Amino acid sequence: MTRQEGPPIRNFSIIAHIDHGKSTLSDRILELTGAVEERSMRAQYLDSMELERERGITIKAQNVRVSWRRHTLHLIDTPGHVDFGYEVSRSLAACEGVVLLVDAAQGIEAQTLANCYLALESDLTIVPVLNKIDLPAAEPDLYASEIERVLGIDSSEVLAISAKTGEGVEALLDAIIERIPPPGGDPHAPLQALIFDSHFDQYRGVVSSVRVMNGRLCAGDRLRFMHAGGLHLSEEVGLRLPAVTPTDALGPGEVGYLIAGIKDVAEARSGETVTSASEPADVPLAGYDDPKPMVFCGLYPVDGDEYPDLRDALAKLRLNDASVTFEPETSGALGFGFRCGFLGLLHMEIVRERLEREFGLSLIATAPSVAYRVRTDDDEELQVDNPSDLPPAGQIAEIAEPMLTVSVLTPSAYTGAVMDLCQSRRGSMTSMDYLSPERVELRYELPLAEVVTDFFDQLKSRTQGYASLDYDHAGYRAERLVRVDILLNSEPVDAFSAICHRDGAYPYGKAITAKLAELIPRQLFDVPIQAAIGGRIIARETVKAKRKDVLSKCYGGDITRKRKLLERQKEGKKRMKAIGRVEVPNEAFVSALRLDQ
Amino acid sequence: MTESACASPAFGVYCHIPFCTHRCDYCAFATWTDRSHLIDDYMASCRRQARELAAGMPPVTSVFFGGGTPNLVQPSLLGDVLAELPLAEGAEITVECNPDLVTREQMQAYGDLGVNRISLGVQSAVPHVLDALGRRHDPPMVAAAVDAVRQAGIGQLNLDLIYGSQAESLPDWKRTLVEAIDLGPDHVSAYGLTPEPGTPLGDDPSRHPDEDEMADKYLLADELLARAGYEIYEISNWARPGSQCRHNLLYWRQGAYVGIGCAAHSHRDGRRYWSVRTPERFIAAISAGTSPMAGSEELGPDERRTEALQLALRTSVGVPVGAVPGDVAHLLEPAAEGRLKLTARGRLLANEVAVRLSLP
Repeated sequence: MTRQEGPPIRNFSIIAHIDHGKSTLSDRILELTGAVEERSMRAQYLDSMELERERGITIKAQNVRVSWRRHTLHLIDTPGHVDFGYEVSRSLAACEGVVLLVDAAQGIEAQTLANCYLALESDLTIVPVLNKIDLPAAEPDLYASEIERVLGIDSSEVLAISAKTGEGVEALLDAIIERIPPPGGDPHAPLQALIFDSHFDQYRGVVSSVRVMNGRLCAGDRLRFMHAGGLHLSEEVGLRLPAVTPTDALGPGEVGYLIAGIKDVAEARSGETVTSASEPADVPLAGYDDPKPMVFCGLYPVDGDEYPDLRDALAKLRLNDASVTFEPETSGALGFGFRCGFLGLLHMEIVRERLEREFGLSLIATAPSVAYRVRTDDDEELQVDNPSDLPPAGQIAEIAEPMLTVSVLTPSAYTGAVMDLCQSRRGSMTSMDYLSPERVELRYELPLAEVVTDFFDQLKSRTQGYASLDYDHAGYRAERLVRVDILLNSEPVDAFSAICHRDGAYPYGKAITAKLAELIPRQLFDVPIQAAIGGRIIARETVKAKRKDVLSKCYGGDITRKRKLLERQKEGKKRMKAIGRVEVPNEAFVSALRLDQ
Repeated sequence: MTESACASPAFGVYCHIPFCTHRCDYCAFATWTDRSHLIDDYMASCRRQARELAAGMPPVTSVFFGGGTPNLVQPSLLGDVLAELPLAEGAEITVECNPDLVTREQMQAYGDLGVNRISLGVQSAVPHVLDALGRRHDPPMVAAAVDAVRQAGIGQLNLDLIYGSQAESLPDWKRTLVEAIDLGPDHVSAYGLTPEPGTPLGDDPSRHPDEDEMADKYLLADELLARAGYEIYEISNWARPGSQCRHNLLYWRQGAYVGIGCAAHSHRDGRRYWSVRTPERFIAAISAGTSPMAGSEELGPDERRTEALQLALRTSVGVPVGAVPGDVAHLLEPAAEGRLKLTARGRLLANEVAVRLSLP
């Protein structure tokens, strides 16, 4: 069954590593196809979010429709980070082929490779392209043979382009038409349209990117969202050319947008199948998943008065990003805040940055944690993502932690450094393959908790930035895990509790007590800072009592000054958080929670 | 000089002499080493200001010439100011002196003017400590200066000491204390070295005093001075019975005083005000017949009462029991009539106690 009407269609994504030139290529395609005139071209048109432009990565998928040699091409942008693997898979589900874009001076990177495997598993056609051939350091022959070895694609099929100069881009567009198959689909079958991205627009509500598989998606139809179960009226369907252009209907194979009066992106998540309310399809499209948050942290306003602002900001943010979870949490040390869940570490950083930047909040984030599975002696199963919620050691039969299969691609010179790092993070190697004599892929099983601390930074610094990383979730594994509590003057400080492997407990305890001893000002009494597992103290520091705080001279000219000094000192006390009798400045928490320093 | 020597209600005059031959490394006072050409004009302006203020003054029970270095100017110029003031019978008249500049003739002249209290800036008896403070005098000059004070029949002598220099060991400080006590002063002021921003000391963190060492030195001073018969009556001040400085007591009792000269503070009728900082601007204001006042403040009733408590806390009079919260009670001990005063350790933490006081 093939689509009959209109020009033939090709749907494709570009898979590329950060900085390998995806945005530049997208810009060039828009220009060449006349979708965007050169003079109105804003560099990197598709990366519209401010944060995306700054970090040079794509967080939310976008799509654009262009014409080339009497064909309609839909370029579907994919998120460019490992945290958003599910979103990538949904974007790929909207395509019949991908352009694999590789920097001709660097070769394929781990995550690109992983996405390529994902595309191969989905039977997508791969059009391999080496970019930046204008660079003096480019080695297209070397990396073409690497692609052949790794992906089994004949090196003669690898195109060479420079997205920057435009060289080879026309040939690439031709190859897309030639090699990628047209979409199938039956216009007369019941509607099945895949949502592969949704974002919240404050004027229009949720705007979803859709790919019609079967049937026709028409403006004015009543629609059923098969997973979320909602019934909505199709208010507007349209195309992104890339300017938003309403249309009457989208047929099989077509990609565009849908606005259906939805206020919450959770009602129209990536992977959702939209069908007609009156003539529904029997089954939704395959591949829907509800991505679970994997990394958690507490977010607290530095100024306790901003708690309602933080609540509102999180609610607004979630309209646009259904994968963030949050619920109220109270910390003895930090006051009122929220326990938030994220897809990964980058996702966490992005959300935090957006909260601070777009909503003007100043936040304290607790150390990131993963979700542990705990079986108690009563055979009860718990999920614990906040160390404070862990039952006492005596009641725990087993704790299991989430595991990852991690793939690292590195120049072979750094193999030893990468192996050292993985081993120090409790990793076990599962395989090691040479992509070429110069490059090796190492595969490890690693606990997620070890990766969310500063694994990525460490990997980059130990390989001078050359290694790349991809990971996949790989279930849970029971481990010898303990909770380390930090006691300030014998009072536990919940913000610093951490679950870690027994072997890592002592170094953690020692590091954090030493850091706090530096940061906590001297009080009127000695303050012991202890790290403990259960009742056992594993590290201890003492902040000695303050002995002197007095203005030596107080004569005529000093009296006003002294009074003001004491007023300031009183004000300063108000900005302290009291942990038992100990007064701790907010800044001490902020600094101590920056574990990487 | 005993408190009861004078029957009038207390009223003080402070006269600021902003000239020095040399600036010490820790000094943040309004004083200059390059303006001796202004001395005559400046002192004449002080005299004129004294004359103008005298009309509205009650009898003056204490006068304090501070600086700067008051004994850098001719005694007769101080005398000119004194002559304008309505001095009470038995008024306490103090001149701060740099021991370097003290001569028998100078002390004799002070005695003739009615000066009855000399405060000598001794700071330390240990040469390398004096060096580190940026002081010039040799310790033997101090003994000669003390001798000159006594010879002139000036009845009250204070020695100013400073502890806490990085160059000063605990034995160094002990030596300073012992030698000071041996000189037999009536009064000792011992100040912790305080790094003030903008001074050579303040701008060099490596030279900042260690707080724990300061505490040890303070406790040593408290012990040795008490043993030698000096009673502490304010955080940094010890006196033989009856030799408390009446002028300084005014400050801690929210008493009334007026300042003469630049950078001088006044407190009258619930109002605090201060004059312009430089001698040039002061001279200009006086010669133009305008007020040299640079700023002022008037406290509300609660602020005033809080200030009174905070000042009283510094003294052996102490504060009412009800003003002291439980978490610092261990830093105070009973004083007279339902009041508590700071212990030696408490005095070292006076700011911590002061910010916790509540109006009873």
